[in-house]
Amino acid sequence: MGEVIVITSGKGGVGKTTTTANLGTGIALQGKKVVLVDADIGLRNLDVVMGLENRIVYDLVDVTEGNCRLKQALIRDKRYETMYLLPAAQTRDKNAVNPEQMRQLCKELAAEFDYVLIDCPAGIEQGFKNAIAGADRAIIVTTPEVSAVRDADRIIGLLESEGKHNPQLIVNRIRPLMVKKGDMMDIDDIIEILAVDLLGIIPEDEYIVISTNRGEPAVTNSAALASLAYRNIVRRLMGENVPLMTFETNDSLWGKFKKVLGF
Amino acid sequence: MFELIQKLFGREPQGSKNIAKERLRFVLVHDRVNVSPQYMEAIRDDMIKVISNYMDINENEMEINLTRSNTQVALVANIPVNRMKRNNLSGE
Repeated sequence: MGEVIVITSGKGGVGKTTTTANLGTGIALQGKKVVLVDADIGLRNLDVVMGLENRIVYDLVDVTEGNCRLKQALIRDKRYETMYLLPAAQTRDKNAVNPEQMRQLCKELAAEFDYVLIDCPAGIEQGFKNAIAGADRAIIVTTPEVSAVRDADRIIGLLESEGKHNPQLIVNRIRPLMVKKGDMMDIDDIIEILAVDLLGIIPEDEYIVISTNRGEPAVTNSAALASLAYRNIVRRLMGENVPLMTFETNDSLWGKFKKVLGF
Repeated sequence: MFELIQKLFGREPQGSKNIAKERLRFVLVHDRVNVSPQYMEAIRDDMIKVISNYMDINENEMEINLTRSNTQVALVANIPVNRMKRNNLSGE
C-alpha cells in the first residue's frame, strides 16, 4: 500500500505544481513507482510542467464518471517509466468530483504505486476539499511573504479540522541575500509563526523558470541549487535524515574580514 | 552620517522582516479567532472548573466570547456570581 501525499498552500502561485512535479520526478529517480494527480480541475497545469500535455486522452473526471478505466487515463512519463500522471479535466469545474470519489481514487492508486502525489488547487473551497480527501499526509508550500504565510496558517487549521494532523512545510523561493539583510523572513521566523515541522527549503532559482519552459522538472539537473534542494526533500520524504541546506552569502574578502573581526 | 558609519561596519539598520513578522502575528491572532464552538465549549468548561473552587457561579447565565477591535483580540467573560466560598484558601 503506497502513501498518498497532498501538496497544498492556500495561496496561488507559491509553487505547488512545480513542487509536485519535482518531488514526483525525484521519487522516480530513486526508482520508486509514483503517480502525480492534478486535482486542479478546470485549470490544469501539471501536464505542461511535466511536458506531457500532448499525450492526454482521458482525465480524472473521465475516471470518476466511468468514461474510461483508471489505467487508460494514466500517462506514463517520457523519461521515467515508474512515473505516471493523472491529468485534471480542463473543460469541467471543481464540482465535477466529490471527496468520496477522490478517496476511492486515491485508494486504487495507492494499491498500485509507492507514492501518490496530489497537486491541490489554490483556495479553500470544493477543489481543496476534494484534493485532501484521500491524503494520508499533507505538505504545505509557502513563500517568505506575509500573504503566503497567512494562507498557510489557514490551511493548517483547515487540515486539522479535517483530521489531517502534522502537515510538513516547504518554504519556497528563499532569497539568502535578502534574508541576510533582514529584508526577508527566515526559516526560523516562519516555523515559529506556523508551529509546524519543516520538510525543506528551496532557494529562489532562475533554473526553475528554464525547466518549466522546457517541461522538464528541475530536479534532474545536477548543478542547480533548487534541484539539489528538491533532491534533499525527496530523501527526507523517504525517511532519510538529510541536513538543511545552508547558504553562504558572505563570500567577499571584506565579508570574511568582518567575520574575523566579529561584526 | 551615522547610517553611513553603520553601513561601513556592516551593521545595517534592521530590515523590513521584523515589520512582516509583527504584522503576521497580529493578523493571525485575528484569523485564529474563528474557533469552533467545541473549542469555546472546552474553554467554558475549564473556566467553570477553576472558578468554582472560589465561588458559586450561575452557569446558565454565564457568557464568554472572543471579541476583536482594531488593535487586539480579547476573551470577554461575563459570569454572574451567586455566592463566594470564604474558606477555600484555608484548604477546606
